[in-house]
This record gives sequence, structure tokens and C-alpha cells, in this order.
Amino acid sequence: MNAAETAATLLVLLLQVTVMTALAPVVAGITRQARARVEGRAGAGVFQPWRDLRKLVTKRPIHAAGTSWVTRVGPFMLLASSFLIAALIPLVSAAPLPLVPDDLFVVVSVLLLGTVALALLGLDAGSAFGGMGSSRHMMIAALVEPTVLMAVYALSIPVGSSTLSLIVANRRDDPASIASPAGVLGVVALAVVVLAETGRLPVDNPSTHLELTMVHEAMILETSARDLAQVELGSWLRLTVLLGLVGNLVVPWGVATDATPAAVAIGIVAIVVKIGILAAVLGAAEVGLAKLRLFRVPELLAGSFVLAFLAVAASYLVA
Amino acid sequence: MNGVAGGLVAQLLLAVLAVVVAVTTTGHRRNLLAGTACAALAAAGAVTGGLALAGRQGAVEVPTTLPFSPLVLSPDRLGGLFILVAGVVGVAASVYAIGYVHGASASRSQWSALAVFLLGMQLVPAAGDAITFLLAWELMAAASTVLVLADQTRSPAAREAALWYAIMTHLSMVAILAGFAVLAGQTGGTGFRVLANADPTSPAVSVAFGLLVLGFASKAGLVPLHVWLPRAHPEAPSHASALMSAVMVKMGVYGALLVALRLLPGGPTWWAVLLMGLGGASALYGILQAAVATDIKRLLAYSTSENVGLMFLALGTALLLRGYHVPGAASVALISCLLFVVNHAAFKATLFLGAGAILHATGERDLDRLGGLVHRMPWTGASFGVAAMGAAALPVTGAFVAEWALLQALIHGVRPGDQVVAVTVPLALAVIALTAGLALLTFVKAYGIAFLARPRSDAAAGAHEVPTTMRVAMGAGAIAVVALGVVPGPVAAVLARSLGIAGAQPIGLAGLELTGMGALLDPLSLTILGLLIGAPALLYVVVLARRHPREVAAPGWGCGGIRVSPRMQYTATSYAEPLMRVFDDALQPTRDVEVTTVADSRYMAARVEYRQRVDDVVEVRAYAPLVAAANRLADRARGIQNGSIHRYLAFSFAALVVVLLAVVR
Repeated sequence: MNAAETAATLLVLLLQVTVMTALAPVVAGITRQARARVEGRAGAGVFQPWRDLRKLVTKRPIHAAGTSWVTRVGPFMLLASSFLIAALIPLVSAAPLPLVPDDLFVVVSVLLLGTVALALLGLDAGSAFGGMGSSRHMMIAALVEPTVLMAVYALSIPVGSSTLSLIVANRRDDPASIASPAGVLGVVALAVVVLAETGRLPVDNPSTHLELTMVHEAMILETSARDLAQVELGSWLRLTVLLGLVGNLVVPWGVATDATPAAVAIGIVAIVVKIGILAAVLGAAEVGLAKLRLFRVPELLAGSFVLAFLAVAASYLVA
Repeated sequence: MNGVAGGLVAQLLLAVLAVVVAVTTTGHRRNLLAGTACAALAAAGAVTGGLALAGRQGAVEVPTTLPFSPLVLSPDRLGGLFILVAGVVGVAASVYAIGYVHGASASRSQWSALAVFLLGMQLVPAAGDAITFLLAWELMAAASTVLVLADQTRSPAAREAALWYAIMTHLSMVAILAGFAVLAGQTGGTGFRVLANADPTSPAVSVAFGLLVLGFASKAGLVPLHVWLPRAHPEAPSHASALMSAVMVKMGVYGALLVALRLLPGGPTWWAVLLMGLGGASALYGILQAAVATDIKRLLAYSTSENVGLMFLALGTALLLRGYHVPGAASVALISCLLFVVNHAAFKATLFLGAGAILHATGERDLDRLGGLVHRMPWTGASFGVAAMGAAALPVTGAFVAEWALLQALIHGVRPGDQVVAVTVPLALAVIALTAGLALLTFVKAYGIAFLARPRSDAAAGAHEVPTTMRVAMGAGAIAVVALGVVPGPVAAVLARSLGIAGAQPIGLAGLELTGMGALLDPLSLTILGLLIGAPALLYVVVLARRHPREVAAPGWGCGGIRVSPRMQYTATSYAEPLMRVFDDALQPTRDVEVTTVADSRYMAARVEYRQRVDDVVEVRAYAPLVAAANRLADRARGIQNGSIHRYLAFSFAALVVVLLAVVR
């Protein structure tokens, strides 16, 4: 790949990150709106999260006494990790940079950077609720990890590589592999861990107001103003990007493979539509779900792990 | 005399010098001079190791009057790597010790033991024959036992720890001795070159392999032979714990590599599965215990068990895949094993030195009584934080690269149709993944509870930053943790050359490419990409920060309550409580709730006491009966020892008669 091509790829990646960042609050808006409509409410509109962000950035952050650098830097670390994932995962385009391939293991560890930033943020103020949220969050993250890697493994066996763009391309060229037992089980397992990683029902209730049931919300009780804006945007971006990943694995068509304007335009439209539909389905589906008791969550994750393991076993048998 | 041989002789001389200095000087002068001498000894080791790693040959032969071949010190490249690691960590630990030691740990015997310990660790990988290996091994074991005993006059726990350690380390010594003896019997020599002639398919050699692995696994702290680790590491002075954990347990790994690669290559499949099983069990059990530990040094000790487990898992994977003719993936697994060795040395040494700094500043090892140290000990906090990221295998530390390489080896080791691979490889992946998840929790807990939030005790509130020598050592360690992660390509290439295999080469900005796998990782490029994308947002945040400055106000949110005592915070115990519940069956904690009620009421509690204790299940189940049996046996044996000289003479006479009879026949 020569310098001009690399520059074009980089530009497309930057475009992808910009599109995803612009989309992230809307995705949160769509899930809320879909939920509201299904529940028979009018809803605040899909752009309400954007308006919330605009309000938050004009305020002065207030800290609890005794907080440290974590409170100051943590929110940005979370946001930056989300940005990096948005650049690494093939969403608009499946043409990675030559030295930064979209390796799923790398994606997972960058995700963990954000997870850790949030967990430390919860501990920093020294309030009981922050510690509680942080502790639960890390327990869930620890138990999600085996499922994530097993799902990654299941997806990568047919391709012989953990590079996402290759996995997506393989599924596009061989649509039968999407519907194969291994392909389906792997994606379902991945979908469950996406729910757990992004704090959706049934693992965590994103709209709860009761501290004792909180996970994500408990960690950010002490954040305010632009810190809160960064944390929220980072979390929404995470949700958006991971939904996009699931979307591209299930429907691998429309992803740009080169940097021509037409292909990129199609790629943008395709990914926005995929994420939009998934977000609406997620919001509507959450109406019918209740939050699991915290100590039932491991059972859900264990179930998902079994699915992923079956996917691996299936690909050994089929291959 | 060439460089390597000169270096080895210099090490011996410097060790003698260090002991002489330690014995002849007093007070602060002793700390400074003996510390410098130890650092010089370790630096000489680093140079020797570096030369041997670069491929220089050199040997020192010591003739003996015993009926063996002469004692030979001739490190190969792999040995050079381990000497280098021992030397570099040794320099950091020696410098640190200058500021750290006080009271009992600054005594003549302690400084001398440190010098001997450093020498022993640097000689083990240099040994060219079994006898030299065992002598160096014993030097290392005996000196470290003295170091564990530093605080024995004040702390009964230190005596108990030293006893456990001495027994385990000598059992391991016996197993290794027996293993080498069987091999020597098969081949008729003690030099490693001769021992390598053994036929790995014969049953006797399998027995030798089992014995050697048993011995090395015990030294490496693998479950179920890890019981000495969580006792000895907390009780030893912190620079000694850093050396024991970062280097000494690695000698167990070196031993396993020596046996599996140099002496007995091409063994049956069950050898590989045995190593994988041992490693996997240690990784899971170690990190689970670490996750619920509240004593910070005990936590680090269990985490060592986990990391060494991963190394054995990687080694086992390599042997398995090699047996199935997947040489590319096997090489990558071996390289990841060595990457773990090097990176674990960097981050675990830094973590133990950091734990020592906390102990130095607060006198506390209990995480439940720490907190808020990031404000009072910024240097320690920064070093510990970076090293904790390494322990959690987060990017861009070296441990992340090691884990990534191992995962890649597992993915590319797929051989459809083979049952052993089809079962073990996914299981290994699951073990690594769960271990990684729990390690994340463990080190978020360790850093978050110790350094963030508010102090949970007066000792933590009155902490002070530690002396410069300690800060320098910790800072250098933290830099090493990141540096190894930023330039993994050249590092992995050197490691691959030390094993004489291909499989890794540098690419891009010091990135690592696994040749033949199409997998590459360039952390520096990744970081630059992250900065590039994050820059506009960062700029915007900075502008916002100018416009709307921060305000410090009010206590944290208490649900409307305003009574904020530090006792209301989460502690290390409560942090791990959800996990404890999930793994209740595996950990089997004992809980004790005592409720004192007010006068006659059954419902009004005056006082509630809650105690929770997590014992080591393996120790309780497997070792307690053994110890009890040994004690019973000792009681019986006491009957034949009544102190009468006549009886002892009779015993000697009887023994002599038996020997004579045996010889005559």
C-alpha cells in the first residue's frame, strides 16, 4: 500500500469515527424513543441526547473533595478508547491501515481500557455507591471476558485469523457461513456480551433511578458537566460501534472495501441503516425485559459462554 | 578469558566483595556500600547475560575432587536471557533496598544473604551440568530462606512462612535431584549435553520428566505446590519479595524450558497436556485467590502463581502444537512464554517494590486500611498504576503483547479433526480469557482501593513519599513495563533468537509481526492513531476547561445523607464480594456473623460482628492432612530418641552392620 492509499484509508477512518460520533447520541435517542412509543408515551425525540450533551458542556464541573487525577482524566480516557474502537472496527469501510489491523483481540483490550477508566472513576470520590457500581461493573466485565474471547475464537476459526475485516469479507463472500450453526451461535453469544458490556437490559438498567440497582449509573453519580458529557458520549459510542459490528457480521453487505467516494457513501448509508434498525429493535425489546438480579447475571453469561463454546465445537466438526 | 567467562568470574568476586562489605561496615554506611556492591554484582550479571544472549560463548570450569565431571558454567542464549532478567531486576532491587531496609532487614546477615541470593539466581541459568545447576539452585534456595526470616524476632508469621518455604523448596530440590539422577542413570553423565541423549519415549525418562516438572513447578509456585508463595512473599522484605517473585520463581520456568526444549525434546503428548493442565489450573486458581485477597503482598503472590501458570500454559501449548506439526503456532506460543517471563519480571518487580513503599510509608499491608495514597505518594502511585496496567495486560504494556501472541498461537493452532487439540485449545483459550478478566478486576481493586478515594485509617492518612532510591527503582520498573510494550517487535525477535526459532520479526514502528500468520501488532502506531483521533476532542475539552473551570465542593452523593465517614467507602473485601459469591464453591470462605441484641429484644441489635476468612482450599484440603500425618509420625519417632548416647551408638552400629552386609552381598 503506497502513501496515497494510506492517506485515503486514514481519511475514511476519520470519516467513520466522525459519522459514528455524530450517530452515537442519536442511537441512544432511538432506543429511548422506541421504548417510549412501545410503552405508549410520546418520547422526547431522537435528538434529545444531543441536546443534553450541548447543555452539559456549558456547565462547570463540580467535584467531591479528595478526588484525584482519575476524576479529571478518566472521562476522557473512556471517550478516547471509544474513539479508537470506532476507528478499528470495520463499519463504514473494511480497509484497515497497514500497521493497525482491525484485530479483534486488540479491539477487546481497547474496550477494556474504557472499562477500567470507568471503574476507577467510580472509586475515586470514595462514596459508597461509586464503589458499589465499580465492583459490580468489574465483576460483570471479568465474567464477560471468556465469552467475548470464545465468540471471537468461534468467528475466527473459519477465516484462520482474528482480523475483523477478513471475517466480515469472508461472511460476505460465503453467505452460507452466516447461517451455519457456528456462525449463528457465535453471533448470538457476541450479541449477549454486547448487551452486558454496554450496560443494557437485562444486565443493567440504563434508565434506573434507584441507586441500589445501579451499575453504570452508580459509577458516574459524582461526574457532572463536561465530564458527564464525555462519559455519556463514550458509552453511547461504545454501544453504537458494537451494534454496528453485530450488524456487519449478520448483514455483511454494503461495507466499503476501497476508498472511492461512491463506495464510502454507500458504506455510510448502509451502516447507519443497520445501526438504526438494531437500536430500534433493542429499545423496543427492552420493554419486555426485566433487569436480572445481579447474581443471576453470571448465569446469563455462562449460558452465552456455552453458546460460544458450542460454536467453536461446531466449527471443528464442520470444518 | 572472553566476555562471558570474565563476567561470571566478576560476579563471583563481586558477591564475595558484597558479603565482606556487609559484614565489615555498620549503620547507614552498610546500607549504602552493601547496596552498591549488590547492584554492581547484579549489573555484572546483566552484562554477562546480555553477552550470552547475544550469542557469545564462554565457560568457567571448576575442577572438583568429587567423582563427577568438573563443575561447568557455560550459559547458552536462553540461559543468558534469564541471567539478564535476574541482573536487571537485581540492580533495581538493590538500589531500592538502600532506602528501604531498616531494623532487622538492614542487618549483616540480610545484606549477605541478598548478595548470595543474587549470585545464586544468576548462576542457575549459567549451569552447564546437573551438579552445578543443583548447587546454584541450593545457594538460591538457602539465601532466600534467610531473607524470608528477616523479621522473625517480631513476627511469628515470618517463622512459619520460612518453615513452609524451606520444606517446599527442599522437596522441590529432592524431586529435581531425583529427576536428574534418573536421567544420569540413563545416559551415564551429568553434563546437559550428555543428558540430552536420553530417549524421551522410554518409561524411565517419563518418570524423570515427571519428577523434574514436579520440582520446577513447586519452585515456580504452580497449584497445587504454591502454598509457600502466599506465605513467603508477604513476610520477606519487599525488595526480596520482588526478587523472589520476579526472578526466582522464573527459575522454575527456566528449568521447565531446559527440560522440555534442551534435554528432552520430542516427548509424548501427555507431557504437553500435563504442562497445560498445571498451568491452566494455576492461572485460574491463582487469580481467583488474588481477586479476593486483601493483603496487598498476598494478592501479588497469588497473581504470580497466575502468571507463571500462563507461562506453563504457553509452554505446554507449544509442545502440543509442535507434536502435531504446527511449527509456526508452536514457535509463537514459545515466544509468548518468554514474553510473559520478561514482562512479568518488569511489572511484578515494580508492584512488589510499590507494595514495599506503601508498607514503608504506612506500615500497612491490608488494603482495607489504605486509601487516598495517590495524593500523598504521587511517585509510588504512578509507578504502581503503570505496573498494575501491565499486570492486567492492558495496552500498551508488554504483558498485553504476550497475551495477544498466545491467543494468536491458539487461533492458528487449529487442526480440525484432532481430538486432543480440539478439546485442549478452546479450553486453554477459555482459561486465559477468564484469567484476563479476573486479573483486570484484581488490579483495578489493588490500585483503586489503595491509591484512590479517602484514607481508611490514620496510618494511610499520615503517609509520606518514600526516599529517592526507592522512587528511582520503582520509576525505572514502570518505564520498563511500558517500554517493553511499545517496542515488542525487537524484543520478540531477540527472544525468538534466544530459542533459535523463527516466528517473530519487527515491523513498522517497532511493531511485532508473527511471520506466517498474517498477524501483526504495532502498539506505537496504535497509540499514534489513538492520539490523532482523540486530539480534536482533547482540544475541545481543554477549551471548555478554560471557559468553565472546575469547582470542588460538597461531599459525595450519599442518597440525601450527609454523614460521610471514610468507613462508608467500599473496601477491598466488599469490592470482591460479588465475585466471592459467584465463586463461593471454589473459594469456600468461612463467614461468622455475631449479633448482640439490646437487653430483651430479639430485633434490636446493639452490635453486629461480621468476620470473613478465605483460606486456601488446596492447603486446607490437601496439606493439612499431610502435615497432621507428618506430625503424628514425628511424635512416634520421638520414642526412639531418648537422648541416651548409648542408644545412638547402638543405632550407628546397627547402621554400619547393615551397610557392610549390603556391600558384602
